[in-house]
Order: sequence, then structure tokens, then C-alpha cells
Amino acid sequence: MTLRARPGWAKSGAMSHHVLVLAGQTLHACADGSLFWPDQGLLCVSDLHLGKSERIARRGGGLFPPYETQETLARLDRAISENDPSCVICLGDSFDDLDAASGLAEDARLHLSRLQAGRDWIWIEGNHDPGPIDLGGTHLSELAIGGLAFRHIATPAVPEISGHYHPKARVSGMVSARPCFLADKTRLILPAFGAYTGGLRVTDPVLATMMQADAIAVLTGQRALPVPMAALGTGRR
Amino acid sequence: MTALPPIIADWFKTRGWALHPHQQDMLDRSAAPATLLIAPTGGGKTLAGFLPSLVELVGGGHAGLHTLYVSPLKALAADIKRNLTTPVQEMGLPIRIEDRTGDTSYTAKRRQRADPPHILLTTPESLALLTSYEDAPRIFAGLQRVIVDEIHALADSKRGDQLMLALSRLDQLAPGLRRVGLSATVDDPQAIAATLARHPDPCPVLQADPGPDPQIEMLVTETRPPWSGGGAQYAIGEVLEQVRAHRTTLIFHNTRAQAEIFFHRLWLENEDDLPIGIHHGSLSRDQRERVEAAMVAGELRAIVCTGSLDLGIDWGDVDLVIQVGAPKNVKRLVQRIGRANHRYNAPSKALLVPANRFEVVECVAALEAARDHDLDGDPRGPGPLDVLCQHILIRACAGPFDADQLFAEVRTVGAYAGLSRAAFDDCLSFCATGGYAFRAYDKWQRLKQTDGLWHLRDPRAAQRIRMNIGTIQDADLLKVRMRRGNRVLGEVEEGFAASLTPGDRFLIGGEVVRYEGLKELTVEVSRTPGREPKVAVFSGTKFATSTQLSSRILRLLNQGSWPNLPGHTAEWLMLQGEVSQIPSADRLLIETFPHEGREHLCLYGFAGQNAHRTLGLILTQRMEAAGLSPLGFVVTDYALLIWGLEPVDDPAALLDPTDMRAGLDQWLQGNAVMKRSFRGVATIAGLIEKNIPGPKKTGRQATFSSDILYDTLAKYDPEHLLMRITRDEALHGLVDFGRIEDMLARIAGIDHRRLSRVSPLAAPLFLEPGKVPIVGEGRERLMAAETERLMAEAGLSAL
Repeated sequence: MTLRARPGWAKSGAMSHHVLVLAGQTLHACADGSLFWPDQGLLCVSDLHLGKSERIARRGGGLFPPYETQETLARLDRAISENDPSCVICLGDSFDDLDAASGLAEDARLHLSRLQAGRDWIWIEGNHDPGPIDLGGTHLSELAIGGLAFRHIATPAVPEISGHYHPKARVSGMVSARPCFLADKTRLILPAFGAYTGGLRVTDPVLATMMQADAIAVLTGQRALPVPMAALGTGRR
Repeated sequence: MTALPPIIADWFKTRGWALHPHQQDMLDRSAAPATLLIAPTGGGKTLAGFLPSLVELVGGGHAGLHTLYVSPLKALAADIKRNLTTPVQEMGLPIRIEDRTGDTSYTAKRRQRADPPHILLTTPESLALLTSYEDAPRIFAGLQRVIVDEIHALADSKRGDQLMLALSRLDQLAPGLRRVGLSATVDDPQAIAATLARHPDPCPVLQADPGPDPQIEMLVTETRPPWSGGGAQYAIGEVLEQVRAHRTTLIFHNTRAQAEIFFHRLWLENEDDLPIGIHHGSLSRDQRERVEAAMVAGELRAIVCTGSLDLGIDWGDVDLVIQVGAPKNVKRLVQRIGRANHRYNAPSKALLVPANRFEVVECVAALEAARDHDLDGDPRGPGPLDVLCQHILIRACAGPFDADQLFAEVRTVGAYAGLSRAAFDDCLSFCATGGYAFRAYDKWQRLKQTDGLWHLRDPRAAQRIRMNIGTIQDADLLKVRMRRGNRVLGEVEEGFAASLTPGDRFLIGGEVVRYEGLKELTVEVSRTPGREPKVAVFSGTKFATSTQLSSRILRLLNQGSWPNLPGHTAEWLMLQGEVSQIPSADRLLIETFPHEGREHLCLYGFAGQNAHRTLGLILTQRMEAAGLSPLGFVVTDYALLIWGLEPVDDPAALLDPTDMRAGLDQWLQGNAVMKRSFRGVATIAGLIEKNIPGPKKTGRQATFSSDILYDTLAKYDPEHLLMRITRDEALHGLVDFGRIEDMLARIAGIDHRRLSRVSPLAAPLFLEPGKVPIVGEGRERLMAAETERLMAEAGLSAL
């Protein structure tokens, strides 16, 4: 092989996250879809939807193999080992339903307890998984840290960080839409971290009306790429 | 010489007919266990096949099924029934003839099982279904002969494999069963004979007189063919003139979409209102039947059609065949030409219409090959295992079976003669449990062994297995229906329907319709007369140009001067020689040049579009690894064009065969082509059920779960039986890696030409549809630049 390798533009890691300032706090919107808060040593992920395939199989629906739980946990594992947070917040819909939580396979349970060891772990409840979960960690309906509220579904009470909508967006040149963060000065909506989760286009009125005019979307993938939300709302389907 | 019984001989005599020599031959050899007859269309092939049955049934002593006739087309079975019933009635023979296909009513089917006719006309799928019934031994008990019509069309497909497996079963139920194959002209009759016969029985081949050579020419037009595209609309006027000058013309197209567009344009210019019809597989059955009836009645002057008319239905007095677009394959061209002039001793007449400039070269090469009787064909590999899996499931539906016995039975099928016990056991174990990765799923635990015999774990599974019998992989089609009046016009591919927005216009059945919306699984449309349609892209069955034809094209390109090509095409090639060079058979020409701010690489592989697509995917991946930021590529049958952000300085390094082979397996895994092949394999093998009792699953749902199944197996069970089948198959089919290796073996070296701009041969590629985008560093760079631009525009760059 005599192919010339060009300067490693991709591997620099310079764009592995985008820095957001929310109500005066500096946060990292990471390319993998997780949110890291360096000052607090806090990692937040939303909408893991663990056990989705089991739930769909239970309801007699389409055929999902049971491996997406492993996939999601492996990605979460990587995010945790990169940032070594002292606290992890799962921002709701961590399980597809409560049966999925209690029916989690043994190896997945072990994997979770390994991730939980030595750090605070907080389950925020979501619309798919209300009620207590028998899997270690603390269970809360919502939580406030450093003036920021963490809850599953966005409310008018800002500043807050939420999930639930699985926002997705694309810019021209992209082949398909990617999960993204949505952020304005007081509100942050996280992308879904789980594998095989669908999404809502950021051009959807539900999301468009919730965010301020100067909001940005941070696309996830190989890099975290910020783009003005208004530039995505030009009627592209 | 076997004489005809008086009643049949008299009937011939009153008509003034005499037997053709090959018909007499078939009669003389009627006791042989297997016979293959090769005869041109119109040669009385079908009668030659049935004559021995009629002779044996004349006395009326036979009870139950005597002869089974299998054809690849339902319509053909119905047509043969008509053509056979008439003489049988005229002779007053005590013979009951019935057909049984997907279109036969439920009650008729039930009655046929209880009281089979003497002669049953059917398709491979309906036959497979019949063998799945518990009463199959009773139905087939007295069977004497099986006639496989148009066996050349079945022999190189999984439908043929399924049929031969079914025949191996019939051998057990009706010992002494004799087989007859009827075939059009083919390149390798021995191969077909080996497919037909019970292994290792001999199978003599009878050749009927092929008749005079056809007259084939290229249509000369005033307008030059365009640089790209497949429609040949420039030739509409001249084609109409030909229709006017002949009694009946068949106008063949390579794809349904092209047939639709051509038909539409033909009508716009059809000032004399010549009766012209259209016929293709996406039209509703009603509409096809109307066209067929009009054709038989001699009411049509021309039919615009696709492969749906490739096979033997008798269309009466066709005196001209026009092939629009390069034929891609000489054998198919010759068979299509054979559709003209059913009168035995008159030559067929055919015209080729190239759709673009490069196809001029291909058409000339093809007609020279046809004149030289140089037919193409690729040897077929061993019998596919997904079809065997389905066969095992079908066998299980019929009742408990012994694995050793079934194995021995399967090995009597030519294509499976070399099947190893290990491979058979793999298939059996897959049918029983679904394989390691799916062991936890109840729905795939289908077979169980009790007292040494295998049987269905749950007898109710038989219904689902029967609903999914067959190996035809149709694209997922949605019905198209008029919103007013509910008339069904035909079908379009789901992917095409998904690309429509209300108000879009497209062509179907020669009508321009307006897309109104999707209602459940039906595309609703309304009429919009006289408006320009959006290009109809549904159902583009694309064949790659065959190896033999490709090498002829290369020879033609290298003849130095081109007196046999039209001036415009010869000049184009001359210019290519001056600016760059003409591709040759023993060197690989690669041009690189900048164009509109992107770097381009054009590789003239002449390996067919499937191989070029694979090469495109492999090369762009290697370019990606080398930091060359490729953005996309496009292929034709003769070349591959890649564009990106950085120039390729050393193409030879990209093409190192050892490195390519090494990277292939890993590359294959994530590939969309593999997923498509997997979907077909998994459906045939019974992992995915396309038809389930209850509401229909849409194709997209099926794709979705088959893609996920594929990803799962790729990750956790890459050696799963179905993954192995998919890999083998893709390497020869859609991936066509074999042709890439052939190409690399063929060339003695690479000629790299660095040009300052696009070359004449490369230019048409820029107009080709079907560009494949590459998701990688190049696109990331463009995307990052785009998001930065948008941020700066919004004044947010400081954030």
C-alpha cells in the first residue's frame, strides 16, 4: 500500500462535544448523545428504552432480537469510562415499561450494577417507566442541581434539562437524520441514547414552539455539530 | 417407430397435418426416464411433449392423475389448457384436463385433490403446495409423466431448484415417473438435461430443426441516440413507422418504467390511432388479460412489453420484434427474437434500438453475437440451501419423515447431487430450532424428533408454512387504485410509493395519474389527462451485461476503426482515443480528472453494474481509510465513476487484489446489498414469514425486522446457516465479486491517465441516475462546513 494518509482531521477529538451554556452553567453536549457537566462530575443520558424488544415481543408485535439492551449498555459504558462521572442521571424512559425493568436479563443486570459501582445513580421516572425500579440507585420524579431542573418531559418551568421527544435533524449533504440535542439559553432537550429508538424531527411544531428563536440543535454522530434550529425549519421533510 | 393410434392419426389427417420429426422422436422415446427437447418457438414443442400422454390415455383405462405439466407462468398453464382441450374434445378422447395455479378457486382446488384429472397443468409453487398435503401420496399415486415447459427459464433460478426437489418427492410417491423437459434455444443443453434428470439417470437431448436464422438489424434513426438514459424516446417516430409497416410488432423493454414511458410517448405521436397495447408484470390481471385477448384476436398492431412476454404464450402473427435498450444478454435477445413469426420455416425479423450512445456499441456487439450463434450463460453452482430448508419444512407438513431417507431423496436432484450430509443436517437443524441465535424464540422451534422420525412440533404451523411456499422474490408492491370507481390499475413498488407526495403525477398502464394518498396498503390516484408525468421509477429489474457480451464489446472497441458503427458513435470513440485512450481487454483504464470542484476517478471495468457497484463500495471504503474523502459514485455496465474531495494519485494501490479480498468479508457485513440478499434468503428459508394469517404486514415492516435480524446475526452469530447462504449468494449475485476477480485476473496492468477534464467516455456517466452517496469523512467535512456556515449566518458562531 502506498496510499498517503492525510492529517487526522477526524480523530482529533476536537469536536467530540459541543460546549453549551445553560443558565450560566457550562455543559458538554457529547457526540454520543450523552450530556456531561464537568463542574459537577455529572453524566446525564435520556430515553435508554432498555428491554424494548422484550416488550414488543410480549405484545405479539414485530420481531426484534433481544440484543439492543446490550448495545445500549455498551455505549453507556464507554461514555462513563470516558468521563468518569461521580453521578449518573438517567432522565426517564430508561426502560420500555416496568415489566421490562423487572424482566431484564441477568447479564444486563450485572452490567448495570458494575456501572453503578462507586457513583451516585439516579433514575428519573418517565412516561414509560413510572414507579420504583428494583435495580439499585435512587428513584426520583425530578431533581434540581445547581439551579437546573432534571425531568423527563419539558415544562414551562425553566431552566431545565429534559428528554422524552427523541429529537432528530438533518442538514443538506446528510444521508439520514441524526439524533440531536436542542438548546436555547434556558432549556435543553436530550436525544434518545437507546438503540432502535425512533425520533421526532426538530421541525415538528411541538418542538419548534417549545424552543426560543435562537435555539440550536447539536447533531450527534462522529462529531457533535451545532446548527441553528431556525436553519433546519425551512420546510424540508 | 411408434405409430399414432387411429383416432389421433385420423384427426391429423383431416387437418392435413403431419408430425414434425422431433414430435415423432418424442413419441418413440416415450419410455425413457428423462428426455430434453430443444425446439424454437412455433416448432410444435408443446404437442411434442403431450403426444405420448394422449397416446397412453386414448384407451380410457387410466384412473387418476397421469401427466403433470409444470410451466413458469400461470398464464401459460391456462393457455395450454385451452390449446389442448380443443383437439381432445374434437377427437372425443376420454381425457380430463385441468389447471391449478394461484388463480384457481378454493372449491376447484379441493375437488382436484379428491378427484385429480388425467392431466394437471400447474406451476412450481402450486406443485410444491400440493406435495405438502398429507394426502399427497394418494393424489400422485398413479402419476406416469411430468412435462416441464420452458425449462430454460426455470433451470437457472430457485424456482427450478424447488421444482426439482418436488419431483424428487414425486419419484417416491410414483415410482417409474418419466420426465420431459421442453426448452428454447440455450447455450448449454447438457446442463439443463442434468438439472432435469433424476441423478444419475441419463437424459438424452433431442434437437428440433432450429429453422432459418433470424434477420437482426439495428434501427437507423435520423436523430442521434442521446448520451445517457434508457428510454430511447428519440426513436419513437421510426418505431411507429415500423409498426405501420408490419402486421404485429412486439416492442420489448428492459424495465417496466421504461415500457410505461415509451408507451405514453408512442401514444402522443400515434396520429393514425394504431391499436397499440401495453403488457407488463405490474399491471392488474384484468388489464393484462384484456391485452392478451385482444392480441390473440389479432386486434392489436403492437404491444409494448417487458419480460412478462418472454415466455411461450402463442401471440399469433407477430412479424417483428423490436428490442429497445441494449439486450444485456445474447441468449435472452435470441429468445425474444424467436417470439416473432411463429410460422415454422420463415425467418424471424428483429430490430435493436440503442437507448444511448454506449448502447449503440453494445447493440452492435449483441447482434454480431446472435449472428454467430455465440450465446452466453454462466454455469450455475450447487443447489441453494435456503430452498432446501423450505423443502424440508414442506416435507414436514406432509407428515413425519426419516432424515436419512430425505437426504437420499434430495441427492437425486442434479443440483443437490453433491450435497454433504453436514450441510443437510445444518438445514434440518435450522428448520428445527432456528439456529443458535434464535434458540430462545418459541416461534422458530418448529420440528421435533420422535421415535427417530422428524415432525412438526405444532401441527398448526403447517398453515403458516403453506402460506409462505415459493421462492419468487417480488419487490414489495402496493396496489394502485382510482379514487373514484375503485378501479385497480396495477402495482408499484413500495419504495416508489413512499417517494410520492400528493399531487405528484406518474404513469401506470399508459395513463398519467395524480397521487392522492396512501390508504392502508393501496395507493389512491385520480385521473389527470394530458399532464407531464413524474418519471415512473417503479420496478426497475436491472440485469448486468453478461460476461460474454462484455468481452465482445471490448473486442469491438479495439478493432482500430469502426466501419460497423454509425458515424456519430465512431467519432465519439475516436475522440476518446485522442484525449485519453480506448479501454482494452488486457489492461485496465483508469482516468482521474477534476470537474466542478470535485476530484473524479473513472474505472472502465466492463464487469457489469453489480460488480461495479461492489467495486465502488470497496474502493470508496479504501479511499476513506486513506483520507481521500470520497463523496459518492455511480455505475454502469461498463464503468465506475467515483467523486470526492481529494485526488487519487495511485489507483493501482487501491486495487491490490489480496488486500481487496482480505477486506471483503468485513466490508460485506455492513452492506445494504447483503441485507437485501439476506432478506430473500431468510424469507425462502422460512425465518421471515411474508404472509401471516390476519392483516398483511407491509414490506417496510418486513424490511425493518429483516435488517435487524441481519445485524443481530452479523454481530452475535455470524456463522449462522442463513448468513453463510447470504454470503455465498451475494458473492455471485448482487455483489458479483467473482466478476471483479475475473477482471483483475484478466488485466496485465493498469493504465492511469491523469486528465485535465472529463473524457468523452466518462461524460455520459455524469448523467446516469442512481448515484450512491458515501457516508464518511468527506461528507462529515462537508456537513461540518455546512453547520459552520449556518451558525455564522445566524450570528451564533461565538456560542
